[in-house]
Order: sequence, then structure tokens, then C-alpha cells
Amino acid sequence: MREINFRQAIGEALDEEMERDPRVFILGEDVGKMGGLMGEIGGLYQKYGIDRVRDTPLSEAAILGAAIGAAITGMRPIARMRFVDFLGVAWDEILNQATKMRYMFGGKIKMPLVMDALSGAGRRTAAQHSQSLEGMMMSIPGLKIVLPSNAYDAKGLLKTAIRDDNPVIFFEHKLLMWAGPTSEVPDEEYLIPFGQADIKREGSDVTVVATAYMVTRALNAAEKLQQERGISLEIIDPRTIVPFDKETVLNSVKKTGRLVIFTEECQTGSFAGQVAAIVADEGFDYLDAPIKRVNAPDTPVPYGIILEDFWIPNEDKLTKAINEIM
Amino acid sequence: MAIAKEKLTDMYRTMVRIRRFEERVAREFAEGNIPGSVHSYIGEEAVATGAIAHLRPDDYIMSTHRGHGHMIAKGGRTDRMMAELFAKKTGYCLGKGGSMHIADIDIGMLGAAGIVGSGIPIATGAGLSAKLRGTDQVTICFFGDGAACIGRFHEGINLGAVWKLPVIYICENNLWAVSVPTSTSLAIRDIADRAVGYGIPGVVVDGMDVLAVHEVVGEAVARAREGEGPTLVEAKTYRFRGHFEGDSGTYRPKEEIEEWQKREPIKLFEEKLLEMKVITKKEVEEIDKEILAEIDQAVKFAQESPFPKPEETLENVYA
Repeated sequence: MREINFRQAIGEALDEEMERDPRVFILGEDVGKMGGLMGEIGGLYQKYGIDRVRDTPLSEAAILGAAIGAAITGMRPIARMRFVDFLGVAWDEILNQATKMRYMFGGKIKMPLVMDALSGAGRRTAAQHSQSLEGMMMSIPGLKIVLPSNAYDAKGLLKTAIRDDNPVIFFEHKLLMWAGPTSEVPDEEYLIPFGQADIKREGSDVTVVATAYMVTRALNAAEKLQQERGISLEIIDPRTIVPFDKETVLNSVKKTGRLVIFTEECQTGSFAGQVAAIVADEGFDYLDAPIKRVNAPDTPVPYGIILEDFWIPNEDKLTKAINEIM
Repeated sequence: MAIAKEKLTDMYRTMVRIRRFEERVAREFAEGNIPGSVHSYIGEEAVATGAIAHLRPDDYIMSTHRGHGHMIAKGGRTDRMMAELFAKKTGYCLGKGGSMHIADIDIGMLGAAGIVGSGIPIATGAGLSAKLRGTDQVTICFFGDGAACIGRFHEGINLGAVWKLPVIYICENNLWAVSVPTSTSLAIRDIADRAVGYGIPGVVVDGMDVLAVHEVVGEAVARAREGEGPTLVEAKTYRFRGHFEGDSGTYRPKEEIEEWQKREPIKLFEEKLLEMKVITKKEVEEIDKEILAEIDQAVKFAQESPFPKPEETLENVYA
């Protein structure tokens, strides 16, 4: 076993898959000599060369469009889109092309395409570099959505994403990329299947569904609540929200009778709302209290420490919601 | 460059096939047998035919919302196309795409699209793929004058140019983006001039003259195959019908339509072939008869084919 951080996890997954399959290649802004914005894929350009690690002009629509064209003709591109906010510039490629071509052309084509992008707030980068758009993306059929919460999961999930024959969006939370906790990973290869939630902490009083960086915060809150008040949280990380492992969540709610969904996203149209709807629909009889959602307010992400920290869901807000249903 | 007699006859046959297919589609649409929107290629047959005549089965094309002509020229079967328009299960897209999304990856037709200009970066990607896989496949990307005004025209062609990809970008300039004439959407006369900005050749060609298109695209295809990168070809052409079936097209001046109809591309080619003695009047009639029978057969196939079952809606979302 070794310890690696989130950035290393991304770099290792890409390296292993590129070595395994010559059809895998990377395109995007600053992926070449710079090795990504945080050097997370440093060395790949030197190892695989300019053809397979391609710096692009600032043309998000063309980056993603070219990735689509390559994917349907036998390659397995990884389009590194930098910030999820920038996907707005290539929205048609996601909304109308990558996710619809297979269906509207009668199921004949395959679209083995990975889009990875930095997501989330906490780096004081304001409204156009800090969003979490998984709720919006989730309503586009044809897309798979991965939200890893630690380095171990990131590596195994990214490798699975690259081997998938569908368009996959892979969100890298900034705080995990910059300063996330390290994980122990095995020396040998491993993959993590999509649609399999992971119980990050077992508990008996309240089920907390958390994604990405909110898993770290949920675990902090759980530790404190256990020690100070003897309240036991069960923390479930779905890891992929499409496909979504609802069984694990329903089984947990059956045990605890309480559910809080703790995600960093504007509440309206969120993944959190979808989980609440599923549990209300299929697990109503298990519930002893109302379902709570702890998310961000419906505003753009503000700048600066005071405002942004107010915006981002945190341990206190989670604890407050738990107090309301205990 | 002399073109073999059989090739010329084949091109003629392709143009007639497109025309007769489209005429029948218009009729079937008017009679209510085609549920969705269709965009007719009548008048523009010379562009798809002259360009695609250079392609091998393993080469690619990227089409537009006006895609029937491209599909037929690339070898698409008229029966499966008609079935798709009729929303039948035997259609190319299992009845899920219709006219606007007619495609078949097996014949190198990467897709027709309802979003104008969306195909340009995708065609660039097919070119990138060919280069990375080390093949000499080329991709022809068709789009209209309307698409020349969308951002992806710039992004897609620039990327193809800077990476020297084997893509031929063909603008079918039919002078009208639905009801808006190019005179009010472009400050330049020739879209091909934009090629200068990408450092690639730009050529204007008479899109009503199939042999002229054939010659210009032939050079572009040769360049692409040899690894010398893309060309921007602008074919000046005209759609003889409205933007979509049911659109009367009355926003266009009558005189303009009549002027273009004088240069009707099939007639022009037919006269040339007769003059060159490549074909006889009798052969012209035989080809037409043969194609009309094929189209009748295509309609029969479409009529007799089953509809998909409602629950098939749920299939083909994910691989």
C-alpha cells in the first residue's frame, strides 16, 4: 500500500489507462508541458508525446466537439475542460451532441468520452470558477456523472470512466485537488464500478448522503456528534450520481429512519432534491422525520472569505439540520 | 483530369436519386405520411454528389439538417431512409432520429444535426482520429451559410487548420438562412475569404456545376490525404424549395428563384453528358425510370415496415 493525494490519483489513472490502451488520449488547455493547472498530469506529455497529450487553443466548443468526433470514430478521448463553469461555452456539445448521438442515430454509435473538470467552491474564485453543476447535468439523459470524494475513489472511478463507452463527466472538487486528504491505494491495479455507493461511516441514527468535498465535512460532523452527544451518523457517498445507487440509501434509511442530503450545490434543481424525491416516493414508510436538504443558497457563488463561507454548506449547518429531526 | 465514363454516369444517377427521393418526400410529407420536419436538398444536388464522389467507403462525412442528399451520395439506402422519415423501426435510426438526424456510422455518415454548425468541430475530431490512428481517411464537413455565422465555424476550422487535419470544410452557401439573406448576415461576399484567417486555402466554386465541384473538392481531398491539412470550399448554390417542407419561401424574390432555376444542376449536367456523348437520351430515360422504381420500392418498404413499440423509447440511451 502507498499513500497518494487526489492529484496523484488523477495522474496515475490517466497514465495507467494511456499505457494500457493506445486509443486513449488527452486534449485540453495547458495539458502539455504545464501538465495541467496543478501539475496533476505532469510527465504525461513527456512520456506519451504531443499527439496523445494535446494542448489546444482556448476553444471549449472545439475541444469537446473534436473529442466527440474522435470518440465516434474509434478513439477514447479525455477532454480536460479545466473548470466546470467553462462547460457553458461548450454546452451544445454536452446537451445536444455527446449525450444524444447514440440515441438519435438508433443506438449504433459508441461515445467513449470523458470530460473532467474542476468543480466546487472554497478557493475564493467567485461566481465563474466555483460552481457545482451536477444537478443541471443530471437532467440530461445519456450522461454519466462521477463525483469522487477522495483519492482512492478518484483513481478507481477515473479508470472506469475511461473504459466506459458513454460520455462521462468527472468532477474534481478543487479543495480535494488542492489540499484533500491522502488515501492508501494498493500497488496493483483496481477499478471502482459505477452505480455503487460507498458507506464512508456506519451509523444508526441518521443517514447522511454526501458528495465530493461534503463527505469530508460530513465525516468531521459525525465524529463530533458521536463524541459530544452520542448521535450516530451513517455517511453514504454515492460516488456516481448517474447511475445512482438508490438501494444503498433506501436500506440505510430503513435502518435509521432519518435522512439528510448534504451537498454543495444550489438547492433548486439539485441532486439533493432528486434523492429526497426518491426516498419520499419509495421509502416513505421508513421515515420517522422529514427529509432535510443541506445545500447552498440559490445565489451565484460570492467572492471572499466572509461571503463564500456563508454560501458553502458546512458542519454547523449539517448539525443544525440533524438537531431539527432528532 | 478526365473522369471515367462510369463515374460520370454514377454521379448523374446519384443526382437523380437525390432529386427523385426529395420529390417523393415532399409528396409523402404533404399527404401526412411523414410526421416530422424535413428539409429538402432539391437544387443543391451537385454539391454532395461532386464532393462525395471522391470518397472511399471508409472516409467520413458530417452532414447538416438538410442531410438526405449527403446520405444518398455516401451510399445510404433510400428504403431505410424513407422508413426513418416514416418513423418506422426499419429506418436507419430505428425511427428515433427522423430526417434531421439521419446517419449511419457503417457507411461513414457521422450524422445530420438539428443544431446549425454543430458538425464543424465534430468533423475536426473525426479528422484528428484518422490522424491519430495513422490512416489516410478524410472527412468532408458540410454546413451552410447560416453556420458560417456561428462561433463553432471559427473554433472548428481553426483547430483543424492548426493541427493540419484531413478535413474538407464545404460551405453550401444557398444565400438564405431560413428567411435571412446572406446580404444581411455577412459583410463579405465570399465565405471562402475567411480561409485566410486560418492559414488554409479557400476556394469558391459554382455549386450548380457538379464537375466544377468535383474538380475543386478533388484537389482538397488530395491535399488532405497527403497530410497537408484542410481546405475551405464555398459552393454557391440554391435551394429550390422552402427552408422546410411547408415553408412557401415567399420571402425570396421571384426573379432570384427563376434566375437560379435556369441553372438547374441536373439539367446542366445532363446536357453536358449528352454533349460529351457519355450518355444517350435513352439512357437518361432509363436511369430515371429505374430510380423512380427504386423510390416506389422505398416508399413501399417504409409503408409496410412496423412502427417501433412504445417501450423502445427507453432503449439506446446508454451503450
